[in-house]
Amino acid sequence: MTIKEIQEDIIEEFSMFDDWMQRYEYMIELGKSLPLIEEKYKTDDNIIKGCQSKVWVHAELEDDKLVFTADSDAIITKGIIAILIRAFSNQRPNDIIEANTRFIDEIGLKEHLSPTRANGLVSMIKQLKLYAVAYQTQIN
Amino acid sequence: MINTVFDILTIRTDFPILNRKVNGYPLVYLDNAATSQTPQQVIDVIVDYYRNYNANIHRGVHALSQEATDKYEEARLKIQKHFNAAKSHEIIFTSGTTQGINLVANSFSTFLKPGDELLVSAMEHHSNIVPWQMLCERTGAILKVIPMNEDGVLLMDTFKDLLSNRTKLVFCNHVSNALGTINPIQEIIEESHTIGAAVLIDGAQAAPHIKADMQKLDVDFYTVSAHKMCGPTGVGILYGKEEWLNKMPPYQGGGEMIAEVTFEKTTYADLPHKFEAGTPNICGGIAFGAALDYMNAIGFDSIASYEQELLQYATQKLTMIEGLRIYGTAKEKTSVISFNIQGIHPYDIGTILDKLGIAVRTGHHCAQPVMDFYHIPGTVRASFNFYNTKEEVDVLVEGVRRAKKMLL
Repeated sequence: MTIKEIQEDIIEEFSMFDDWMQRYEYMIELGKSLPLIEEKYKTDDNIIKGCQSKVWVHAELEDDKLVFTADSDAIITKGIIAILIRAFSNQRPNDIIEANTRFIDEIGLKEHLSPTRANGLVSMIKQLKLYAVAYQTQIN
Repeated sequence: MINTVFDILTIRTDFPILNRKVNGYPLVYLDNAATSQTPQQVIDVIVDYYRNYNANIHRGVHALSQEATDKYEEARLKIQKHFNAAKSHEIIFTSGTTQGINLVANSFSTFLKPGDELLVSAMEHHSNIVPWQMLCERTGAILKVIPMNEDGVLLMDTFKDLLSNRTKLVFCNHVSNALGTINPIQEIIEESHTIGAAVLIDGAQAAPHIKADMQKLDVDFYTVSAHKMCGPTGVGILYGKEEWLNKMPPYQGGGEMIAEVTFEKTTYADLPHKFEAGTPNICGGIAFGAALDYMNAIGFDSIASYEQELLQYATQKLTMIEGLRIYGTAKEKTSVISFNIQGIHPYDIGTILDKLGIAVRTGHHCAQPVMDFYHIPGTVRASFNFYNTKEEVDVLVEGVRRAKKMLL
């Protein structure tokens, strides 16, 4: 599936929820249930320090696709990471570079991607893109 | 019981913002330690300034400039009276507490030499740590820390041991922003003075709750922000003893702070103008005066006793939640409760509370050393002002329970 198709799927899933409580409960579930990163990758090199919560990101190239794993110490942040990883992981670097995160607005989680929120998510997305740029250069 | 002269319902009508809804719920504003809300009486003064007498001060010959100057200087007198400073020129207008601290940290360097020691409390806001570290880098002075215990209380015996003839300056907050602890500043000042060290007190968190008396405290420097006391942001004051302010060189150069300027030499203006370079926050200063009028009309004794009642009520209710731990359990506290729930990140609790219209602060509260002390990434901090109610405490407690249920 392309990033766009996955994002549309996520938007559709979230449209089934009536209110913020259900959206957040779902996100918290995602945050709790998914093992997102191997402990050995939770290193200082892979950490993004937000003022509020920490985020770890790791990237690996498998064939021509980039696989991301990530984690956070805050469960809501982790839930959003799970959604972002679902959309961006296992994709070609070029597609990741060109993708946007507007779907996060559409599923009502816009506030979490505000740069002033200082939860590490904005830096995380930047980091995903940087990895994509770096690996794309390597491929070329 | 709540003081009968303290009419909470009338007080709440003074604050238009308290009628707001947030995320579909009535706003419960419990982030007062970050900034307080502004009563209509102060908003009116701000509007009046811009509608009727906005002008630059201290230099114009025209009527508006004179009016603005008079009001601004009148505010300085109100502030002097409120803090019981001996002289009005001991009140220096600043942009806030942080600037007040930076002013002293810069100008005090004249008196320091390598090996001199500065003492800082373990529970300071970054703004009362970083300027001093920068000062130490410039001068070769050494920063030493007055430790605290698990309750968030300073170890006064260690403090006394740390004092020596090398100690030149001691700085400490009157009230901790992260824990709410009221520090024994009178004792700190007296002890420091016995060895000739000067004392700077960061009064940002105390000033909204405690009326500090500069002469009684005999403090050398005391600094506050208006926006924590029902005034606007971007203005505050530094109180400094005249003898220090006279000895200290200016912090910033510019207009307003000079007596005479030639390219060969400039002579500085007298106090307080020597430390007030450039056009100040004129409206802010005047509104700060109005905010003090407002709070004094209610009375700091009434405010303090009502807030203590809220604190006790909230502490009792919150501690009934299983797994909840309060950080900062000093006997002497202002109405601040920093807490965590076991197994839950403070950011997650704050996020759910926000969805319920409840404004709290989460994170390290610009006091990372305090968080490191407790080995936590941060806390949820609910801070109450005199316009908050027990009903709002109930909403908070219910919100925390709901967040816990969702997150655990």
